[in-house]
Amino acid sequence: MDFQLTEDQRALRRAARELLAKRFGPDRLRAAVGDPAPDRALWRELGAAGFFALRLPEEAGGVGLGLPEAVLVLEETGRALLPGPVVACQLLAGVVDGVASGEKIVGLCEGGREPVLWEHPAACDELILVETGTECRDGVGGGARGRTAGVCRSAAERVSCAPFASVDPLTPLARVTGLPRAEALALDASRLRREAALLTAAQQLGSAARTVELAVAHARRREQFGAPVGSFQAVKHLCAQMLVRAEMARCAVYAASVTEGDLDVTGAKLLADEAAVRNARDCVQVHGGMGFTWEADVHLHLKRAWLRAECWGTAGEAEELLAAGLIT
Amino acid sequence: MDLTFTEEEDAFRARLRRWLGEVMPALPAKPAADDWPGRRAYDAAWQRMLYDAGYAGLHWPEDAGGRGATPTQHLIFLEETERAGAPYVGANFVGLLHAGPTVAAEGSAEQRARWLPPILRGDEIWCQGFSEPDAGSDLAALRTTAVRDGDHYVVSGTKLWTSHAEVADWCELLVRTDPDAPRHRGISWLAMPMDAPGVTVRPLRTLAGSAEFAEMFLDEVRVPISHRVGAENDGWRVTMVTLSFERGTAFVGEVVACRRMLGALARTARDNGRWDDAVLRRRLGRLHAEFAALWRLTQWNVSEAAAARPPGGGGGGVPGTGGSVFKLRYSHARQELYDAAAEVLGAGALDADHEWVAGRLSSLSYTIAAGTSQIQRNIVAERILGLPKGR
Ligand SMILES: Cc1cc2nc3c(=O)[nH]c(=O)nc-3n(C[C@H](O)[C@H](O)[C@H](O)COP(=O)(O)OP(=O)(O)OC[C@H]3O[C@@H](n4cnc5c(N)ncnc54)[C@H](O)[C@@H]3O)c2cc1C
Repeated sequence: MDFQLTEDQRALRRAARELLAKRFGPDRLRAAVGDPAPDRALWRELGAAGFFALRLPEEAGGVGLGLPEAVLVLEETGRALLPGPVVACQLLAGVVDGVASGEKIVGLCEGGREPVLWEHPAACDELILVETGTECRDGVGGGARGRTAGVCRSAAERVSCAPFASVDPLTPLARVTGLPRAEALALDASRLRREAALLTAAQQLGSAARTVELAVAHARRREQFGAPVGSFQAVKHLCAQMLVRAEMARCAVYAASVTEGDLDVTGAKLLADEAAVRNARDCVQVHGGMGFTWEADVHLHLKRAWLRAECWGTAGEAEELLAAGLIT
Repeated sequence: MDLTFTEEEDAFRARLRRWLGEVMPALPAKPAADDWPGRRAYDAAWQRMLYDAGYAGLHWPEDAGGRGATPTQHLIFLEETERAGAPYVGANFVGLLHAGPTVAAEGSAEQRARWLPPILRGDEIWCQGFSEPDAGSDLAALRTTAVRDGDHYVVSGTKLWTSHAEVADWCELLVRTDPDAPRHRGISWLAMPMDAPGVTVRPLRTLAGSAEFAEMFLDEVRVPISHRVGAENDGWRVTMVTLSFERGTAFVGEVVACRRMLGALARTARDNGRWDDAVLRRRLGRLHAEFAALWRLTQWNVSEAAAARPPGGGGGGVPGTGGSVFKLRYSHARQELYDAAAEVLGAGALDADHEWVAGRLSSLSYTIAAGTSQIQRNIVAERILGLPKGR
């Protein structure tokens, strides 16, 4: 047993962090708030760097790495608040042509819930829908019933949508109302769903760890009563609890990437969601009035964390699954 | 990141399981909670069995009488003994987890030879005399004095919350040897025999009704200078070595036990109908994730310790700071677990004889003993996050 990152894994994480810092720095982040469409040039650059082809075998032009490595890279995208359907592109590289290289951008939606939300609808070339319920609909919101769990794809322009005002300025959303003439994909729906949950949890982890850093940096800099506010215990203890949440989530997410167990992933998502949401809220608090502004980046972490917490398994669903897992 | 075990580790686990399978049925019945001589005898007998089978001081360095096992083997040991329902260290807690490791790390060759073998054999029980009426979280405020008189120190003062004082043979004692030095630089670490004239122990009753700890009055107790471990006035540093052990792997067995208990809670709730309550069910589901993650955090900390392990053996200490993150989360999770148990029991949670009710009461000490949660948060904030010291 050696539950620590290997040298190669550390190097990979460092490289991902450096690439994102160079190509998606603070100015780009602020610009993305006004125009959150993924930057196609950046997407191709990420593709060239192997971001999406990470898990494809080397014979297929991929990097030949595994889920733990994908988790480390996704953690960095969460940390950097990179906008765009990164999870979808990571999971569908090698399935949909052009995704691995970053030429094409695809979206991934979870069917069987209401509303079915689609991230970055204007930026996607295709939409892939995952249905995992026992009874799935052919075309969301009506149509022939009776199909079992499955995955289907559709060209983006064929999807009918209704507008949806996203709470997260970095993630435009649309409500999917119909997927006419969708084509079935031979993919394992429950595995896709599990991996989507895990990679989303990895992004939450990156965000949770980042808000600890932001809070600590602010608490050291900002002075009141003649001292850095970080010297006051009430503030210090908020920061300490933030770190505890992030580190718990880290262990759960990393372990789930190794075991790929259903309950491990479910638990990891639950803890990572909680860490991301609660850390972002505490980070707002530590920033004081500044934390309540559009200007500070903190709200971007909070809103994205809320959004991800609704994807691929909510807290309520996770807790029920985990409870059932105690009995079987 | 590798969560699988090597062939040696698997073989170690198999051997241990076989041995536990042989000895567990022969174990005598557990003594009553307030039968202290009985508890001492029971804990000592178990330690002796471990010693005879080569499992005592497993992760201690070989030159301290240990087996030089790796941190992973130590983890397997704690996991398997708990799974088998074997006794935990009990009254041997201080000897095996604080005083022994301190002597092993800081003691002279003679001191190691004198004190370590009886700890490993279960022959001698230790207690910890650190806290005082006016020195709890602020341990460096301790006032018990030790004045030199020939080749002895003459020790006077009051110690408080001394666990197992009633049955202990030795006390690892912190005393002030230089009242004029800055607070942290006037403290020394002594091994005090509990039968020395001038030592009076008065048991204190805990809120759980038992007498787990005591007040200890020291009235001109003569302790040989040769019983001092480390240099005079260097006791603070010597003690910090101890505390990092205390916050390390001390709770591994308990996490395994909590995970098992969670399964029992769910089954009980299903049998008594409480399972239909979605709020309770979700609460148990959350605790499932919580304790699974605490187990992963343990594996993470142990792997980190293994990487930092000095060549030539020794378990390495789990770094005190990683231990603080764990202790903070675990102590609260344990309290939540027992609160959930109370909800499963309903009015049954008012039955003081129920095992889970006793556990609920004792869980309250977890956020206080061995550094309160507030102190742990200070440690995490200042030592890991680098926030400035303050009020
Ligand atoms: C079951 C049990 C067994 C024990 N066994 C032993 C033993 O064997 N040997 C031994 O020496 N001691 C033992 N202790 C003592 C234990 O270490 C102390 O109780 C603990 O360190 C707290 O000290 P205190 O009780 O004086 O509380 P105080 O230090 O008086 O604390 C009171 C409250 O103030 C808070 N507080 C104090 N200082 C700060 C600060 N700087 N910042 C924020 N909050 C603060 C604390 O968190 C707490 O909530 C035991 C305690 C328990 C409960």
